[in-house]
Amino acid sequence: MMPSVTATLRFDNRRLRTLLIALATLLALGLVLTGSALLGEQATRPDFQARLLPPGIDHWFGTDTLGRDLFSRTIEGLSLSLWVGLLAAGLGTLVALVLAVISTLGRPFDAAVGLLVDMILGLPHLVLLILIAFALGGGTQAVIVAVALTHWPRLTRLLRAELLQIINADYVRLSYHFGKSHGFVLFHHVLPHLMPQCLVGFLLLFPHAILHEAALTFLGFGLTPGQPAIGVLLAESLRYLSAGHWWLGVFPGLGLLLTVLIFDRLGASMQALFTPREAQT
Amino acid sequence: MGMRLIARFTARCGRLLLVLAAVAVAAFSLIQASPIDPVDAYLGPQVAQVSPEQRTLIAERWGFDDPAAVQFVKWARNLANGELGWSHVYNAPVSDIIASRFRASLSLLAIAWLGSTLLGFALGVIAGSHEGSLADRLIRLYSYTLASTPIFWLAIAVLLLFSVGLGWTPVCCASPPGMLRADVDWLTRLHHLLLPALTLSLLGVAQIALHTRARMLELMRSDIALYALAQGATRRDIAWRHGARHACLPALTLALASLGELFGGSILVEQVFAYPGLGQATVEAGLRSDIPLLLAIALFTTLFVSLGNAFADLLYRWVDPRLREEVRP
Repeated sequence: MMPSVTATLRFDNRRLRTLLIALATLLALGLVLTGSALLGEQATRPDFQARLLPPGIDHWFGTDTLGRDLFSRTIEGLSLSLWVGLLAAGLGTLVALVLAVISTLGRPFDAAVGLLVDMILGLPHLVLLILIAFALGGGTQAVIVAVALTHWPRLTRLLRAELLQIINADYVRLSYHFGKSHGFVLFHHVLPHLMPQCLVGFLLLFPHAILHEAALTFLGFGLTPGQPAIGVLLAESLRYLSAGHWWLGVFPGLGLLLTVLIFDRLGASMQALFTPREAQT
Repeated sequence: MGMRLIARFTARCGRLLLVLAAVAVAAFSLIQASPIDPVDAYLGPQVAQVSPEQRTLIAERWGFDDPAAVQFVKWARNLANGELGWSHVYNAPVSDIIASRFRASLSLLAIAWLGSTLLGFALGVIAGSHEGSLADRLIRLYSYTLASTPIFWLAIAVLLLFSVGLGWTPVCCASPPGMLRADVDWLTRLHHLLLPALTLSLLGVAQIALHTRARMLELMRSDIALYALAQGATRRDIAWRHGARHACLPALTLALASLGELFGGSILVEQVFAYPGLGQATVEAGLRSDIPLLLAIALFTTLFVSLGNAFADLLYRWVDPRLREEVRP
């Protein structure tokens, strides 16, 4: 057994790793955002002198069929992905929270939310995403809403279980005995308790949101072909692959992979810190 | 036991019907809400060549002038009679399209499903039985990376490597260009199927490997493992004799429960390889507003995924007696 004093003083390995990952994430975030601010114009400017150049000194990732610099396009695409992912994951977390609160209001509400969960889990994710994006007519907003509306069930289940525990906790009952209203209890006791769960849920949702945005856009239901989104770049690249222009297909996807990976790891290590019970796998 | 199983089964079926009905209503309302005009989407660039009279004729013929509720009742009544409607894009009955497309996708899905389950399980057992070893770290790194990989990009990468670079596999489609699918022998078919199926099988590996690993860790830290070690068994003995049995059904259940993800992956993979399966038909139906086909695919895939989920649930209960005894509220 280790004395408790040294245990608290010791800089825990997991914390250190989380900190490092968080720093790496911030760095990546900063790079992408400043990069897109600096290179944003270049991403859509055609240069017919420099069409389909392979990667080199002038164009790190090569150029596409209109002579646009693929590196700028990739960075711009990643920053688009980050914004869309941020909004979609934020909205998704909000939907999960609201539905979790609703499901604890009573049996019929619980059953209704349960049916919704079954419905969303029953339809393949991508089919539902396509349906929602179709319903909204495509475009950036459609993707954000579609991703937000399809990613909440897991988090809702977690939050619901947590909520049921809190509602029956002594301090909440006591609060009611003191004559506090539902609203007061909700905002002063329940929601603060759920914040770590929501934050972790948001961070875990974020990489999924980015991946699904790219997938929807790739299929042609998301961001419009004029925007240099990663999905658009990869969909365009399909036409040039068999002609040997490999860089068009490789780099944008690699950028997306690294971005998703880094946020995924951040989410997982935050989860391990905040909610160790759910972080088993 | 038998009676209870039957009762559970009927309850499951009732639930499934309810979910299907909910999906039908939701999908129909979503499609109704769409600002995309189905006639315009159907005509595409030819819209300029069509007179307003012809346009109204098409809309009338397809019944788009009726109110949404009337359209829904008509559609639901036809559905109850087993009539799924007519696909504008493929100009054939929807049921035929789904049957033929699903047959093409089924071999893809089956190979991918088997591949990902077996590979994921094996990796999970190896990683979990040697916690902290190099193999464990590599497998974990691999799983995390794979879980963050966009499947369509993975498909592009393997296409570049094996089809364009090395020329081992064909670049697209399910049969050589110019040949009818019926004339192609099974070896050629397998040749075309191989790369998409392998790509798709990589999709599910990560989840199953990590899940199996967690199960294995649980066992390797338990007294069972300690006792077996004390008796002189090696870690490998314990892993495959006790651990694999301990972890195989949860892995199978997880694999059954992730059919939805598998189908989602098949949409993307089929798109990259231009493989004429149900996934490609889904994209086509969505982009060109083939409403009867889109609705039918939504229902069909829900049925497919929900059956997988239900089967996983039953399997779990059958294997784990603790869950069998539990009475659900």
